[in-house]
Amino acid sequence: MDDPRFHYVLGIESSCDEMAAAVIRDGREIVASVVHSQVEVHRPYGGVVPELASRDHVRAVARVSEQALADSGLEASQLDGIAVTAGPGLVGSLLVGLSFGKAVAFQLGIPVVGVHHLVGHLMSAELSRPDLAPPYVGLVVSGGHTALYRIGRDGSTDVLGETRDDAVGEAFDKVAVLLGLGFPGGPAVSRAAESGDATAVDFPRPMLKRPGLDFSYSGLKTAVAIEVERRGGLAALSGSQVADVAASFEAAATDVLVLRARKALRQEKLAAVAVVGGVAANRRLREEMARVGQRDGFEVVFPPLDLCTDNAAMIAAAGARLLERGQRDGLDLNAFSRAPISSVASGAG
Amino acid sequence: MRFRCSGIDATTRAARALADAIGPEGLVLGLVGPLGAGKTAFVKGLAAGLGVDPASVSSPTFVIANEYAGAGRKLAHVDLYRLETRDELDDVGFVDMLEPGAVVAVEWADRLPDALPADRLTLRIERAKDDPDSRSFTASATRRGSLAVLEAWVKTLHEIEIQTEMD
Repeated sequence: MDDPRFHYVLGIESSCDEMAAAVIRDGREIVASVVHSQVEVHRPYGGVVPELASRDHVRAVARVSEQALADSGLEASQLDGIAVTAGPGLVGSLLVGLSFGKAVAFQLGIPVVGVHHLVGHLMSAELSRPDLAPPYVGLVVSGGHTALYRIGRDGSTDVLGETRDDAVGEAFDKVAVLLGLGFPGGPAVSRAAESGDATAVDFPRPMLKRPGLDFSYSGLKTAVAIEVERRGGLAALSGSQVADVAASFEAAATDVLVLRARKALRQEKLAAVAVVGGVAANRRLREEMARVGQRDGFEVVFPPLDLCTDNAAMIAAAGARLLERGQRDGLDLNAFSRAPISSVASGAG
Repeated sequence: MRFRCSGIDATTRAARALADAIGPEGLVLGLVGPLGAGKTAFVKGLAAGLGVDPASVSSPTFVIANEYAGAGRKLAHVDLYRLETRDELDDVGFVDMLEPGAVVAVEWADRLPDALPADRLTLRIERAKDDPDSRSFTASATRRGSLAVLEAWVKTLHEIEIQTEMD
């Protein structure tokens, strides 16, 4: 960071079911990071319940932010800026973090900047690997997003491809429901898949034969539903059959990500891919991407698990970069449920 | 009214035919059916018929509601999959989406039937037991506005040679 004005930035993230706060020093170093998860609140429903999420967020936002500040050993007056996720996500949840962030910034008389959630995720790769420098390919895989980006030398983010229907994490969640597994779906399916045979069912690898770099997970989800039906319905499935279907689904879902990432690297003539977002925690994806990367000669960067899932350190880091570039938002900064990354991307928006 | 489509292309044509049948008053369309039935796929076809790029239409499960600007009217694509109460629907601004002329497609409409306007077309989509690529569609309307759309849809379906049966 060239500009010394933003030593300490407080980041706040509340786009979905996590409320998180973190303090970043000089744009790169995580001084404190606190994540309050609501998984237990939502588990009975098999998915995030938006109203529960925003209600729990209201209770958590001040507590989590105070905790991050206490962990950092700083006084609030030492903060130089506030970065807060503005979207995409659940508007009710986003507004809680956003309103709090703006209020704190106003009170302290420091600037606030809204951060695109996916720009934050992409930043988590550089946060964990300070030697990773653009240009590289970013693959965002989560419950709400599945997209490939080209991260340019100037920090620009251009979409190379994205899902045409369901996000990969959404497919994991819905397949978990089809297989009678728990929530969150990703870990539940992976756990079931561990003892299964990934070659038991030859599920389609959607879109691979199509040109371009888009994804589609709706057909794969449907194929799992049909397979369960063909075997006589969920009630008729043994534990090992559930494991086989789970393993076969996981293999298909992750193969597509690996092969699409490789295609993007070839197309863009780049040699490094950063895989970020909640599904980047998937073990099979990590192993397979690393294996193919080693074989085909590209570098694979996975942030550590605590930076894969939603966190505020990535938001603070991305926000610090925006603040350094002179970007500011006013108190009229609003939440958005969906928006292309380009409209709010680093420095551009 | 019932009909059947074999393959995604036929489903898309049927959905476009529905778009052609919607009058200036707009339509609230409730979509019902199991995971993987093709609710989002149907909405993509509907979007195409309304002048919205179908490639831009993705699953709204994560964000609950997406809005698109079609040729002359809005398309709202709502998903009740993760919702438990009517209040949550209010939180995403559902009432504002119900403007005159708008087309509002609601997936998992059976989760919160009381939260939806009474005058609506309900479309049940099911996978055919004998053919994984085929879908059976059952449409029903409740009040005058949606009944008129349903009648017009039967005509536009017949024009593209999709046969319908009446209940």
